[in-house]
Amino acid sequence: MPDSFSPQDGFVIVAKRECHTCEMIQPVMQSLDREAALTVYTQDDPTFPSGLRHVVDDHALERSFHLGVETVPTLIRYQGGREVGRTFGWDRAEWVKLAGPAAAGEGLPAFQPGCGSRSVEPGVQEILIARYGDPGLKARTVDVGEWDDPIEACFERGWSDGLPVVPPTDERILRMLGGTERKPGEIVGLIPPNLAPCTVEKVAINAVMAGCKPEYMPVVLGVVEAALDPLFVLHGLLCTTHFSGPVVMINGPVTKAIGMNSGVNALGQGNRANATIGRALQLIVRNVGGGLPGAIDRATLGNPGKYTFCFAEDESDPDWEPLAQRRGIAAGKSAVTLFQGEGVRGFIDQKSRTPEELVRSLAMGLWGVSHPKLVDAGNAILVLSPEHYGIFRDGGWNRRRLEDELHQALKRPGRDLVHGAHGVAEGIPAKFADQMIDKFQPMPDGVLIVRAGGPAGLFSAIIGGWPGQRVRTECQAVTREIR
Amino acid sequence: MSMTTLRDPTAETSPSRRARLVPPPSLDGKVVALMDIGKNGGKVFLDQLESHFRKAGVPTRRYAKPTNTKVAPTELLQKIAAEAQLAVIALSD
Repeated sequence: MPDSFSPQDGFVIVAKRECHTCEMIQPVMQSLDREAALTVYTQDDPTFPSGLRHVVDDHALERSFHLGVETVPTLIRYQGGREVGRTFGWDRAEWVKLAGPAAAGEGLPAFQPGCGSRSVEPGVQEILIARYGDPGLKARTVDVGEWDDPIEACFERGWSDGLPVVPPTDERILRMLGGTERKPGEIVGLIPPNLAPCTVEKVAINAVMAGCKPEYMPVVLGVVEAALDPLFVLHGLLCTTHFSGPVVMINGPVTKAIGMNSGVNALGQGNRANATIGRALQLIVRNVGGGLPGAIDRATLGNPGKYTFCFAEDESDPDWEPLAQRRGIAAGKSAVTLFQGEGVRGFIDQKSRTPEELVRSLAMGLWGVSHPKLVDAGNAILVLSPEHYGIFRDGGWNRRRLEDELHQALKRPGRDLVHGAHGVAEGIPAKFADQMIDKFQPMPDGVLIVRAGGPAGLFSAIIGGWPGQRVRTECQAVTREIR
Repeated sequence: MSMTTLRDPTAETSPSRRARLVPPPSLDGKVVALMDIGKNGGKVFLDQLESHFRKAGVPTRRYAKPTNTKVAPTELLQKIAAEAQLAVIALSD
């Protein structure tokens, strides 16, 4: 390909001072310069190499990018304005073959490998593509004035959940897309409420804005796909007056790979993966789907988890069956479970010492979900802390035993729950007064039990569900493998 | 300092706003669909409405969504469109 920056006939060398091989072959470059037309593009120091007629400062790496250089030194030969050969590193035989005896480098070793070009250092390539190449992105470009703050520009366009977002520039989007092998143009699904097609590229843009790292992309894509499962009823969850929003729970090796938190403060702030993966989903719903609070989102009060609510399960105890495996995912696989949930309510029990005591106590806490006298008004998540879990483990209870015992403990006499009982109008119809009533749907859907939290504290957490879950065939938690 | 170029994170669609249909001048000869969206108190509300329509001599038909959490199935909307000229969608907890 003819190139206006390259000689019609002659040589180009791309080099950098910090490369020992480049330093070593300075005499070769000087020799070649005396014999032929030579241009040296220098990546880090315009005074290097010395003693040459034509050294071009390429610290901006534009020439290195266009020449597709991956290693320095790289020697390229041109004839008639076209590249006719190239070699990289130092290999005397190759250099002589390409440039003749002037490139023999007498006294140098016959071979020495080169160094990586600055243009292919981590994160640099995407910047160069954005500056000098074709990023291949399809999303509309939005120019922000020279004196304007890009973060404020995002606010002004309504792209934020209320917190600052990372401005989605091409280089950031390209880096994010580097976290997945899926094509940018692939449609992930239709995002409610507008049922707008969402491409991998749009997921990446919103993941950038949420603050994700590229390695979170497979998880973010898995979360979005799970949210679009018809059984998750994302549209209904979005427009409900109820508190609930998506609660994201991650299982499997990916949690360690991307550094998710399942320990101290697992449900709180401070971990980038936890915080930004949940936020990315919310931004996608907002920006791609058009789900805006006060518009289609009709929550009476909402909950802080609608900014982000994502955590990992503690899988450190091999005796504990993780949530994803309980829900059909093979051991060793990573998975996302999405639940329609409200905020966290703390549960304190510092007196129970046996599984039998603690399960009854937990049931009392779980009865408070929605209202102590309401049943089947949404399921729940129970997040068992290590100390509470230890009581069950030491008592020989595994997950299945705990689920069975909890289900029994969550039955209550209907007479305590009917309208007017205990002087409270809220409750269930009077016809149930003589029955034992289940609080939730059958296990394991009724209460999703997960393990998380720091080592100290006889606490657990209860996350109430959504009344939409009462029609199980239409709406339930969704679990999907992350691929 | 140079200009920053961002990429649009939205679906890049322009929502179209449709004008509401003009209410009919009369209910004579019209059938009113009463659709329960599936919330707890919908039946109570629609029973009351049905009673009022009956007293006014306006025929009604009852319909129900499978669940309040999802949009109405297309088949249901087509059935309502085929059998009625007006619809009341009930939301009541």
